[in-house]
Parts: sequence; C-alpha cells; structure tokens
Amino acid sequence: MAQVIRSPKTYDVCIVGSGAGGGTAAKILTEGGLNVVLLEAGPAVNPDKDYKMLMWPYELPHRGVGVGGKQAQDFGEFLAPNGSWNIEGEPYTSAPGANFKWFRSRIVGGRTNHWGRIALRFAPIDFRSKTRDGLGDDWPISYEDLSPYYDKVESYIGVFGTKENVSSAPDGIFLPPPKPRCTDLLFKKACDKLGIICIPARLAILTRSVNGRLPCHYCGQCGRGCVTASNFSSSQVMIPPAMKTGKLTMITGAMAREVVLGKDGKAEGVVYIEKGTRAEKRVNARAVVLAASACESARLLLNSKSAQFPNGLANSSGTVGRYLTDSVGSDGWGIVPALEKMPPHNHDGVGGMHMYIPWWKFDRKNDFPRGYHIEIGGGREMPSVGMFDDLCDDEEGYGVTLKRRARQTYGTSIGMSGRGEMIPNPDTYCEIDPNVVDKWGIPVLRFHFKWTDYELRQAQDMQETFRAVIEAAGGEYKAKTAIDGQYPFGIQEGGKIIHEVGTARMGADPKASVLNSFCQTHDVKNLFVVDGAPLVTNPDKNPTLTIMALSWRASEYLLGEAQKGNLS
Amino acid sequence: MSNLSISRRDILKTLAVSAAGGSVLQVIPAKAAEFAHQSVHNEKSSAAGKYAPKYFSPHQYEMLTNLCDTIIPKDEKSGGAVEAGAPEFIDLLTSENDEFQLVLGGGLMWLDNACQDRYSANFPDCTPEQRKQILDLIAFRKNAKQDHSLSQGVAFFAFLRKFTCDGFYTSKIGIADLQYIGNTSLSEFPGCPPLPQT
Repeated sequence: MAQVIRSPKTYDVCIVGSGAGGGTAAKILTEGGLNVVLLEAGPAVNPDKDYKMLMWPYELPHRGVGVGGKQAQDFGEFLAPNGSWNIEGEPYTSAPGANFKWFRSRIVGGRTNHWGRIALRFAPIDFRSKTRDGLGDDWPISYEDLSPYYDKVESYIGVFGTKENVSSAPDGIFLPPPKPRCTDLLFKKACDKLGIICIPARLAILTRSVNGRLPCHYCGQCGRGCVTASNFSSSQVMIPPAMKTGKLTMITGAMAREVVLGKDGKAEGVVYIEKGTRAEKRVNARAVVLAASACESARLLLNSKSAQFPNGLANSSGTVGRYLTDSVGSDGWGIVPALEKMPPHNHDGVGGMHMYIPWWKFDRKNDFPRGYHIEIGGGREMPSVGMFDDLCDDEEGYGVTLKRRARQTYGTSIGMSGRGEMIPNPDTYCEIDPNVVDKWGIPVLRFHFKWTDYELRQAQDMQETFRAVIEAAGGEYKAKTAIDGQYPFGIQEGGKIIHEVGTARMGADPKASVLNSFCQTHDVKNLFVVDGAPLVTNPDKNPTLTIMALSWRASEYLLGEAQKGNLS
Repeated sequence: MSNLSISRRDILKTLAVSAAGGSVLQVIPAKAAEFAHQSVHNEKSSAAGKYAPKYFSPHQYEMLTNLCDTIIPKDEKSGGAVEAGAPEFIDLLTSENDEFQLVLGGGLMWLDNACQDRYSANFPDCTPEQRKQILDLIAFRKNAKQDHSLSQGVAFFAFLRKFTCDGFYTSKIGIADLQYIGNTSLSEFPGCPPLPQT
C-alpha cells in the first residue's frame, strides 16, 4: 500500500475542481478571508500560449483537425486546450446500449475555457416542476432565492442581453447585445411570420469593459479561449481575484481519489494522486467543497467508502449518481438563397449566437413536457475543414462547376440547435464500474442512459420547427434525420450536449436527495457540492450560470457557518 | 489579399497595448505581444523544394496531385487545390490515419485497376479524354446504381472530393476565393449590411 504523505497544514477549505463552480467558490471563500487549497486534476492554463485566438487554419499543418484528422471529434485543434471525449488513461464505461459520452477538460478553469458562454437564468417555473406537471421533483429553493445570486454573477462576469419580459426566460442584468448578423435578421423575420419569439441572445461576453477586462474584439472565436479575457472563463475571471487575496493555494496535477471521513463524522480532507510523481498525498481541511463536475464529484463520493458510509460518502439516500440528465439535443440546417445576394462582409461577431429562440410555447398544451430553446448559427463563418461536405454530397462532380457552387453557396446556410429539458428517469444514472480502474488506480464510472418518449417527441418538435423557420425564410431545409432507430429525429447520444447534471441533487428530504438547499450534504455537515450535481432539474437553459449562482450562494452560506464556528 | 495578411502578432500587440493600463486581473501578460507564430506555414512557397510524400508512393502522389487539380482547378478568380497545398495536407493526414490509408491508398489502386481494365493503362498514362471518362463515371452516385462495379470508385472519389475541398478552402487561396472577411480585431461589430430587396 502506498504511503500517504500528509501535509501538516490544515486549510479552512479544500475545493476539488477549478471550473465554473469551483472557481466561484474559490473567489467567494478567499475574499471572505478563508484559507483555501484547490485541487485541480490538470495543469495551469497559459492563455498566450494555449489559446489559438486569431490563427488561420493554414497556420497549423493539420488545419485544425489534428493528427490524422482525429481531433475533429473533440471540436478541433483550435478549441481551448484539454477538452476531450476520451482522456488517455482515464476511461469511463457505458452499460450495453447506453452509449454515454462524457466530455472532460483537465485544466485550470476546466470546460469554462472553451464553453459556449450561453448564460441563461432558469425561470421561476423551472423550480416548481413537479407542481407544474407531476414529473420529477420540485427544487427546495425558489427562483426568488436564487435571483439575487444571478444578479451578482451577471454583474461580475458580464452578460449581454436585452429585457424582453418572456416568462420562460427571465431578464437579468445585461450589457448591450451585439448587432444582429444577416442570418439573424432573416431568421427573425421568418420567426415573426410564424409567431415564434426570437430575441437577442444572453452570452457571458463583454460588449463593454467590466472590472478592467477589455470588451470583445469580435473575432468570433470564444471557443478557442480569449487572450484578453473578454469572455468568461473561470481561469481568467474567478481564479485571479482568489489568487490576489494570497489565501488560495492551487495544486495542479492533483487527481482527487477520496474524501476522508474523520471519527467525528466530518470530512477531514482529501487524498489525491500527484500525477507527476504518482505519489498519493493528502490535504487536510475544515470543510470540503466538491466542484469536479457533476459526474466526477459523484464518482469521488461513491469511491469514498467508510464503515459509516459503505455505499459512498454522503450517500445514505442512495441517490448519488442517480437523476443524471443531459439536455435533449437535435440539430438542423438549411440553405437560404436570399443570403447569396449579400456582399462580402465581416460576419464574425462574438463567439456564439447573437439571437436565439427562447422556449416560446409555454402558453399552450404540447405533446411533450417542458420545453426547449433554439440556437442560431451559420452565415459567412471562417472556412474550416468539413464546411463543404454537404455541398460535395449535393453537387457531386468536380472542377470549375464545383468551385463556383462553393463560392455561390458559401455563407448561405443557417444552422439551428435545439436544446431541451430531459426528465430524470430510473434508467439513467452513473455508478462505479466494479471491474475497471483508471491509470491512477481509481475506480471509474459506468454510465446508464436512456431517452424516453418525452425527449423523443421534443426532438421531433425541434425538427418540425427548424424546417418551418427555414421554409418561412424562403430556404430549403437540408438536414436529414431518421425518424426511427436508436436516435430518431436527430436526438444526440446522452452526454453529447455536455450538460450532464443532477448526480447529487438537492432536496428537502434527506432520504431522496444528497444536498440541502445550500449544497451542503445532509449526511456530512462540512461537505458541499457546487458543480452541476446539485441541480434538481435540467431545464432548457444551459446550466453554467445556475451552477455559478448556486456556488456563490453556497459559498456565502459556508462562509457564514465558518464565521459562526460551525465548521469544526 | 492584403486584408488577409494582417498578422496575428500585430493584432495581439495592439490588444496588449490597449490592455496595459487597465486590467485589474492582469490576465494579459506582457509577453502576449511577443508571441509569434510557432506554427508551420504549410502553404507551398515558391522557394520550397519538391515535396516528399509521407505516405503515398511517388506514383500515387502524382495521381493524387492530378486528381486534386481536377477537383478544384485554377480558374479566372483563383488558383487551384494544388497551389493551395491540398495534396500535402491530404498526404500528411493520410500518413497518420489507417482508415484514410485504406480509402485513399486503396482507392488510387482501384482507379489504376479500373483504367487498366478499360484502357490498358494506369490512370496517369491514360489520355485526357480517358481520364475524364472514368472520372465522370465515379463522380456521381447515380452511375454506381446502373453499374455496381463502380461503387467503390464512387465512394473513393466522394471522399477525395471532400478532402480536396478541405485542403483548398482552409488555405489562404481558398479563403480569399470565398471572400471571407474576418479573423481580426474590431472595436465594434458593424452588423449586417443592408439586406438586398427581395
């Protein structure tokens, strides 16, 4: 057995993970005066070297798709570093038929280095789901409880948008939005014809300077990471102020293995593998905050077994790993010939959509529960590998004819991504695979995943809407989606939308939930979870803003408990 | 072309200067401006010597080059796929990918075999008319429906057509051909120019 090297120091708090939730906790807790140690499984990020902002595809020998073209599946070489569906030596498994995909990013800031920056508030009704339609569960908190924290997060990170008074998409504290692109104008006109609400998007990108961060320079490449920190990433916006307090100790390359439980029933610290040396080490802390990502935090709890918690730490309810959901995702696209007439112009804008369709059918009865939003893309984007695949399939042939068609159709496609709410179901969860460990010796997760008719009908509705809008814009809908098989109506495999949440949900009943309304475990008072795991539902709003609001709120509560001497 | 050649270094330098006084977070180390392209410009330069293929044999590479040139030729507006470095790009990725090696390496041999059967010559040794004849057959799916013996050739050509477009349209020449304007720094996003009357 490896010898555990103990650090003599006891920190106030040990945070595991430096993404949206962990970064927020690090900022609030250190600024509140606590000594914090943060364990990050990946390396530090160096924006100057690691972010490929403003590079042309021809500046890389593989033109953005990596060795053998294989990085294309991980969103390409231009994506901010270390995000991948498969991390060498750190596998996960799927039960037969589940086919779950898990995107992880081992680096300071985690997935916030490259995320889509879509920053949408959950709506009041999203917290009362069971009351609304009898499905799933209500949250133990209301929109009113979280709203002040949405305010704080938006004011601090900077989110653009407009006040619209749409009940499914609450307004926030917004910077002005960027001007619409041509694709947006045509799309909006089509939506107006159909009575579909289409409004400026809400993205965590600065259109004005905030806290000394420069405003956006409109290169349209947020996914590559931003050298000027004009969009939100935890590594550039949450970690630096925490560092500045002098109270944050960051340990990179630290793969957390187990939360250690003391004889008094409280968490004592965290055992981790120092990746560089493969040595097992331990940090001690008066409180432990897990923010390793929903599934990684569940894994850590399930692997932290003791006499008191034989099924995993803080898992007396048996719900750790359960209630896993991802967003329902289905994509489509079409060609809108009106765009052929546009003169060449700069279409880049911010790195993401300028306008979107919030859930608009909240006022009528639908044949599926809950709702979805639609993201808009396309137009005169920077050419990239794969851009003309569909044209090649359509046109075939070769030569000057093909070249002219490419010139003529470039910039005329509009893409749409539907993102909707999945209802938790008993066939979808993660657990420890009894047979597999990663290269650090840590048992890995095994995923179970199943879409139900609720989600399939939603995907069908997305496809019908995509087609209707493209046709109302005078275009031709081009996406071909099968109506049967395992993935009908273009519904993506579970995990593919990278909104996996719910694996340590909060709730009023300790028998049916892991956390209380402050993200504190029912079972162990000095143990918190502040990533996507606490989410009771996964509405059609990308979870990151809510993760940060919940983490901010939990961190203030933790701070208050520490000041009252309730932690140790 | 001049608007495409503003260097990334120049833009980063400008951004770093405008950030110098302001950022309380100090997220922009002073070295930003000094960060030069470490990347390789893999476009053909006139000074470069003859490219040595990493995967394809000299014979196959000649075929590949010929096919790339046929798929995206030079026209009145811009140079072709060969000038844009598509064959080098395709060779590099193929040398790293077993699946590409099967489709393209095997596909080129299929093409030679098909030419031998029809014209008693390898593809490069066929007359321009013969080459056009066989390519016109494998460039369209419908031909394979009538003559099943063409289906492998159709699949090969469809794959190479996409790969050639990838190589061309990610090159400086291809990007200019499409008149993409962007990948630069703007103080305000101008939005959409007036939409044409429809």
